[in-house]
Parts: sequence; structure tokens; C-alpha cells
Amino acid sequence: MTDLTNMPVIRPAGLCGLLVTFGLELTEPANRAALAFAAAVERSGIEGIEECAPSLASVFVRFDPLGLRHEALTQALEQLLGGQDWYAAPMPTGRRFIRVPTVYGGGLAPQLDEAAEAAGVTADEAVQSLSGSRVRVQTIGFAPGQPYLGLLSPEWDIPRQTNLTKAVPEGALVVAIRQLVLFSVSNPTGWRHVGQTALKLFRPDADDPFFLRPGDEVQFIPVEPGGLAQHEGDPDGGAIIEVLR
Amino acid sequence: MSRSLIVHRIAPGATVQDLGRNGYLAFGLSRGGALDRTALYEGAALLRQDVACAALELPGAGGMFEATCDLRIALTGAPMRAQVEGTALVWNASHVLPKGARLEIGALISGSTGYLHVGGGFDVPERLHARSAHLAAKVGAVVVGGAHLPVGVDAHDEVGMALPLDRRFDGGAARLVESFQTHLYDADTRARFEETVFKRDARANRMGMRLNSDGDGFFAQGGLNILSETIVPGDIQVTGDGTPFLLMAESQTTGGYPRIGTVIPADLAKAAQTPAGGEVTFSFVSRDEALTAEERHRAYLKSLPGLCTALVRDPAEMRDLLSYQLISGATAGEP
Repeated sequence: MTDLTNMPVIRPAGLCGLLVTFGLELTEPANRAALAFAAAVERSGIEGIEECAPSLASVFVRFDPLGLRHEALTQALEQLLGGQDWYAAPMPTGRRFIRVPTVYGGGLAPQLDEAAEAAGVTADEAVQSLSGSRVRVQTIGFAPGQPYLGLLSPEWDIPRQTNLTKAVPEGALVVAIRQLVLFSVSNPTGWRHVGQTALKLFRPDADDPFFLRPGDEVQFIPVEPGGLAQHEGDPDGGAIIEVLR
Repeated sequence: MSRSLIVHRIAPGATVQDLGRNGYLAFGLSRGGALDRTALYEGAALLRQDVACAALELPGAGGMFEATCDLRIALTGAPMRAQVEGTALVWNASHVLPKGARLEIGALISGSTGYLHVGGGFDVPERLHARSAHLAAKVGAVVVGGAHLPVGVDAHDEVGMALPLDRRFDGGAARLVESFQTHLYDADTRARFEETVFKRDARANRMGMRLNSDGDGFFAQGGLNILSETIVPGDIQVTGDGTPFLLMAESQTTGGYPRIGTVIPADLAKAAQTPAGGEVTFSFVSRDEALTAEERHRAYLKSLPGLCTALVRDPAEMRDLLSYQLISGATAGEP
């Protein structure tokens, strides 16, 4: 078994993948390291690598195991890891700050009360805390264009539900383990549905099908329950976009 | 007249599929593509065309189809009863579908998912560099009755070729490699997992299949609070109540439920073809064994064009021959 006390570690992910992990918990430096290292792997041009994708605190590298030996790739990645302090790497360039109109609770987001209780706060306090948090896209994953956003304050370190919710709609804002996820397509989830937006994150027929990028910052601004109707037909869901410099 | 296949009726959940989309993991889009990739290679070998040609994936049952011009077709994947205007068609073989004739593909004989290929492939629009519908991502959609599916230009005219029916349609043993979360399961739990005979839940879809068993669930240490991490096709994810799910073509790209192991690529088509209610078991193999299996699997896929043999084409013998072939192909004759 791999020693997990000494990060980063390289472990197998199926037969055709390796996972380079910078932390078992999500921290800002580990996320920073994952984003920067993924970009470095892309640039490295190591022959036999077929795809590379950052997750929250890891980088997944897919390769052809018959063309490139697992051991050889491990060695090449170790060498790349040794080249710099990845935990201190800069954030990606071209980041944006995006404010998204959001309805909290009620019929559109029925698990606000339940999530607030799990966090040990009232529903009002929950809305105040969530809508006041300026969170960053830590990774895109699970579904197309779908961000994991964080980090929320410690009271939001609430577990996932033991049972899956059958489906939350596109644009649903859900919470667990100090993170928010904004759903790009309707899917089942173990996270609690606390807010609803009109944002379309995945636009398969557009030139740029994916709205958000890792490193973008997002704030979910509360609006009245009827406040999303005016944004119907706007794929940005009424979001206000500002380029960060 | 445009080249197309008219769909008069079709199984629920049928989609156009090719090998899917690689390169979008970082954007949260899984590869997708045919659940049984081996079937795409078989179809390409039978029609002497590129494996990238898109086919119709038929989950659980077929449908009724008609060609707007003479089309070459091939039937692969899970064997189903098929006929054109009353003449039974050999499965895992290529045929002519004459203009105006009705092709009827009926119930499954074994396995779970059949494929209908056409010469030239289905020419539906490419989206994000592939023709595959990705239902979970809402890219493309299921094919429904009344559809006219465009067919690409066919560079060949050879038909009447057959491949031996593969043995991947009855469930059974699938091999796993350890993955980065396997160690979250203690040795007893892993051993119990390998000893358990699972049944494929009837509700399986293109994202994954639930694996039912009678005994206790399979619980990881630190179960519900691990970080969401990259998923690869073949991962067996265990949800909070201890139930394993085999994740397939359209799975999510990351997930927070731990994975006990990963079905090797060489066994994934077989696992995906486990019939509803059919039995499946899993056993861990070493990386070296998995690599050997992968080499053999790729060699097999490469050998398929050479394994095709001619069906006897004398029209007078046709009907008898076809029914004979259907039985000798271990596909049980009478309904």
C-alpha cells in the first residue's frame, strides 16, 4: 500500500490511468498544485499520454499501458513533480468573477432547511453565509461543465446523504463537505439542494461549450422566488461577469 | 433519393453510438460511446469499414426498420431474433436490406444490448467531434419511432459475411485491477466482494448498472467524506448504503463514493452485456495479468476482419441455412 502521509503520491487509476494526488483533503494549496501540475503535464509532451485532467486535489493522467509502461510514466511524472513547488504555483490566467442570481430554499430548492440544520444554523443564517461566500471553481467534473466550488466556512463540512436524491434540475446549487456544486444537467446526487439558478453551464452546440473554467470565482446572489423568470432564454442566467486582473 | 434508414418502431433507450469522445474529462464530459465496444469492431469487420462508423445501439430489444435504398447491414452485440420479410437473419453477420423491405429485430436471446450497423455508418451530425448520443450530458437524444436516420456513403458492396458468436453474453466472471481507493476496503470486505455472486439490476442504463446481492453491503473506511475523484469506465463505485455500481460509458467523470476496483478494459463489454437479472462475479488480478489480457483483447479485435467467413448465398438454400445457423450459433431456436 502506498504511503499516504507523504504527498504528492502517484497511484493507479484502473489499467490505463495514474492519479497524482497533492492532498487527501481539499486545501487551497493542493487545489492550486493540481491545476498547475495538470497544465505542466499537458505542456510536457510525454509520449504515450492520451489525456490529462485535474480534479480537486489530484491530476488524472490517461495513457496507453501497452505503449507506455506504467513504471516509465510514474518515473517521468516523478521527475516533473520534483521540478518546482507545485503548492505555491500561481492560479490559471484569464480568471473571471461571476455573480449568479440564485433562489434559495422554497419549492425550487427544497433542502435548504435540512442543510442548514446539518450545519447547525438557521435557514436565514444559511442563506446569508452561502450568498456571502465568494467561492472559486476548484475543478470541473462529474458532468459536463459542472463546477466544484469552495471553500465554504467550516460549519458547511456536512456529509453527503446516505441515499441519492433521484434528480436535481439543471442550474441546481447543492452543498456538502464545505463545497458547492452547480448542476449542468439534471442528475441524481447525494448532495443537498439549497439554491436554484438559471445558468446553463454546458452548451453543446456553442463554439465554447463550457461556461466555467477552474480558477473562476463565483458568488450566488439571492433573488426572490420569481426572480429567475426574467433570465429565461439567457444562457448566462442573468450572471454578471467581470474579468479578474 | 437520400440514403437513410426509416425507424418504424424501436426499443426505448436506443441511441446512435460510435467510439465516443476522448479528451473532455477535464471539462466533465465522459467518453460515452457504445456500451459494447467490441460490437463496433465486429460490425466494422463484417462491413469492411472503419470502426469509427456509428451504429444503432439497441438496449433490450430491437425494432422495425426500412431502408430508403438498398443498404448493407450487420447485426452484432447481444443476439436478438431478426428477420427481413419473414426470412430469419443470422446474427453476427452482414446482409442486404433491400429498399422498401422491413427489417424486424425482436427480443433478446442472450446478453443485453444489440447493434445494427449500416454500410457507411449513420451520418448523424457530429457534436464535440463524435456522433454518439451522450444521454447523461444531453448531447443527442434517444432514437424514436418515425425517425429517418441518414446513412453515409458506402464504399463497399460485400455482404453475407459472418463472425463466430462471442461468449460475452451470459455474464459470469470479470477481472478487476486494484485502483487508488481499493485500500479503503479491508481484506475481509474485498474477499467477500470476490466471493459474492451479483445480479444485474434490471434498471441498468448507459451510466452504470447496480449490482444486487443478498448479503451485507460493502463499506469503506471513511466512506462518505472522501474527496470527489476521477472515475474511469469500469470502476465499481459503492454508494453510501453499501451497494456496488459498475460505472460504464456515460458515467459521471468524478465521484465522491469510493471505488473498490476497476473492471479491466478487456472484460468491460462482457460485464456490460450481463443480461438483466443475470449473474456476474469479480476477481482481482495483477497488473501484469491485466496487461496480458489487454494485449490479447487488442489482438482479437485486430483479427476480426480475418475471422469473417462467407455465409452460403444460394437463394434456394437461404431459408434453411439461416435457421440452421441461428441454432448452431448457440442462440436457441424456437421462441
